[in-house]
Amino acid sequence: MAPADGPRGPRYAPGDRGMSGPATRSLELPGGRRARVWEQGSGPTLGYLGGLVGLPRWPDFLERLSVKHRVVAPSLPGSFGAEHFRELDDVADWVSATLDLLEAAELVGANIVGASLGATLAAEVAAFANASVGRLVLIAPFGLFDSEDPVRDLWAVQKREWNALVSSEPENLAAFLSPPGAVEELEWEIQRTRSQEASARLLWPTGDLGIAKRLHRIQAPTLLLWGELDQVVPASYAGRFARGIGDNAKIQLIDGAGHTAELDRPQQVAQAIADFLD
Amino acid sequence: MKLLWFHLMPHTRLPEDFAEKHPSVWVDIDPGLLDPAFAHELYNEFMDELEHAAELGFDGICVNEHHQNGYGLMPSPNLIAGALARRTRDAALVVMGNSLALYNPPLRVAEEFAMLDCISGGRLVAGFPVGTPMDTCYAYGQNPSQLRERYREAHDLIVRAWQAPEPFTWNGRYNKLRYVNPWPRPVQRPHPPIWIPGGGSVETWQWCVEADYVYANLSYYGHKLAAETLKGYWQEVAEQGREPNPYRAGFLQFVGVAESRQEAIDLYREPAEYFYGRCLHVHPRWATPPGYATEATLRSRIESQISKVANANSDARRQAARKPSMEEIVERGYVMVGSPDEVAEQLRAVATELNVGHLMLLMQFGNMDRQLTRYNSELFATRVLPQLHDLFDDQWEDRWWPRPMAPEARVTPRAIAG
Repeated sequence: MAPADGPRGPRYAPGDRGMSGPATRSLELPGGRRARVWEQGSGPTLGYLGGLVGLPRWPDFLERLSVKHRVVAPSLPGSFGAEHFRELDDVADWVSATLDLLEAAELVGANIVGASLGATLAAEVAAFANASVGRLVLIAPFGLFDSEDPVRDLWAVQKREWNALVSSEPENLAAFLSPPGAVEELEWEIQRTRSQEASARLLWPTGDLGIAKRLHRIQAPTLLLWGELDQVVPASYAGRFARGIGDNAKIQLIDGAGHTAELDRPQQVAQAIADFLD
Repeated sequence: MKLLWFHLMPHTRLPEDFAEKHPSVWVDIDPGLLDPAFAHELYNEFMDELEHAAELGFDGICVNEHHQNGYGLMPSPNLIAGALARRTRDAALVVMGNSLALYNPPLRVAEEFAMLDCISGGRLVAGFPVGTPMDTCYAYGQNPSQLRERYREAHDLIVRAWQAPEPFTWNGRYNKLRYVNPWPRPVQRPHPPIWIPGGGSVETWQWCVEADYVYANLSYYGHKLAAETLKGYWQEVAEQGREPNPYRAGFLQFVGVAESRQEAIDLYREPAEYFYGRCLHVHPRWATPPGYATEATLRSRIESQISKVANANSDARRQAARKPSMEEIVERGYVMVGSPDEVAEQLRAVATELNVGHLMLLMQFGNMDRQLTRYNSELFATRVLPQLHDLFDDQWEDRWWPRPMAPEARVTPRAIAG
């Protein structure tokens, strides 16, 4: 029997603004920077740091989580809704900018879910500043590198192959990334490229970020969620992260999901997160 | 005008089925394809050819930098230029150039270029390319989002280091150096002429004009495509209120000369089809690291005439990928062929139309052998070059050409004994 949210074609229509839509605020950050924050639902607060492609629209899995949680999703530097990132040069700069963001969004001490780039930063923040996170969910973070089982160079890939590399549901990802409604296509393309550049600015050339030396500092109860079909950061990395973090880490693989597990299998990912947090 | 002889130093024995059997000529090219003993032959032959070009009276000889590349075997053009400095007397040594962000610290470029300028008695042209994505982001692992900032900082550091009357401290964003003091400083004061190789980036044009550097359009796709790019550059020159001195610009053209056009087509068919069919087989996955092109360039590519240039360039690349025939190569202007008079006439027209004072000529291309390269170069030097040398000189001064030491002050290599 097919899983509840198995392959079924795109969930996001090109002209659709994305479900009923979360409430939007604009955060003021140090240095005159601004970042969009989306919020929806009520219940315990759950902060979300967006994945490799940021949040071009409100995704299905956050919609599901917002039934029982107050989901707060500030935009990471350079991703949709936060223009500035080129002042960030190294891990210290990115951690500092992420702490700025969590403070401005009043997420310090809250439970944090991060995906891909967002998971990388959530893990770094937890390692550098333990008190800043409650429980931690990391969906396929970058940061470690094993030459025998390397992380894929996701920027040495032709554009037309990219969706199928990062997602097990490439058509769904393409729809998720398509311009919603009235947004001008040129501006959308510029923003998409910018969010890719922002990821590359931290991760290029996709080696380790030195986090192996800091993982033991993560004290938060941590769930490592991983798409079993992840072609970018193989699911075997879940074990490497868990060993580095210690007994407070547990692993859950998501059947049929790729690197963008939260988009590929929203129901399973939302359920796993809810089970871990509640 | 100035006529310069440019060598890419291509591998001349890529297999016939290279494009079918191998993913890319660049970055991950099979190391088994180049026997180091054959590289020994190639380097020496190619340096013979550059020295020969200088003897023939070309104004300058040009080398450039590529990494992990089957058509450009010069990861270090400075090594080649060092040898050429000893074996040539008057030709300008145009190193096109060093990709500044790849050197750590970039002071290395200030030092090596200053050494070259001293060894050659002030004959160096300092080329400062950003470098291609293949060279910089993939072969050398540079962050595409930081590449241009690092490049600009390196430039600022080098140019200051060349001129500083005393040691100074550099606290840059990417380079922290307490004691900047390269020994020696270059012969040419305040510094060797700086040329910037570039494609169709608006920012590069703006910067070249502001800084008063030469903009050199180095493409393998000939004068027809360069026309659009150079038009954009000259518009920028006009907008900044500078004079349209043709020596502000450089441009690369493949040329094959023979006694007649048909003979030229027959003679140069094999090396041209080799170059466009095998050497330009670059896998597209190396083309667009995010951040390599700036947002301004992306916008203008999508919005304005630049899109035509960019599209034309990628069209050209696509066409080249389909292994063009010699007839197509000639028709599109990639390689200019003809009798000496025909080539002189075409080049005069192109240089005038593009308003380019520094013409860089690729006269060894693809798998062209020593004998044919010699024939091409000699025919050009004796029967084309004299017809072109006078162009622009009655009207414009080349302020971007090396100013060497006086001939009587320059020493020549000599044996210690005997």
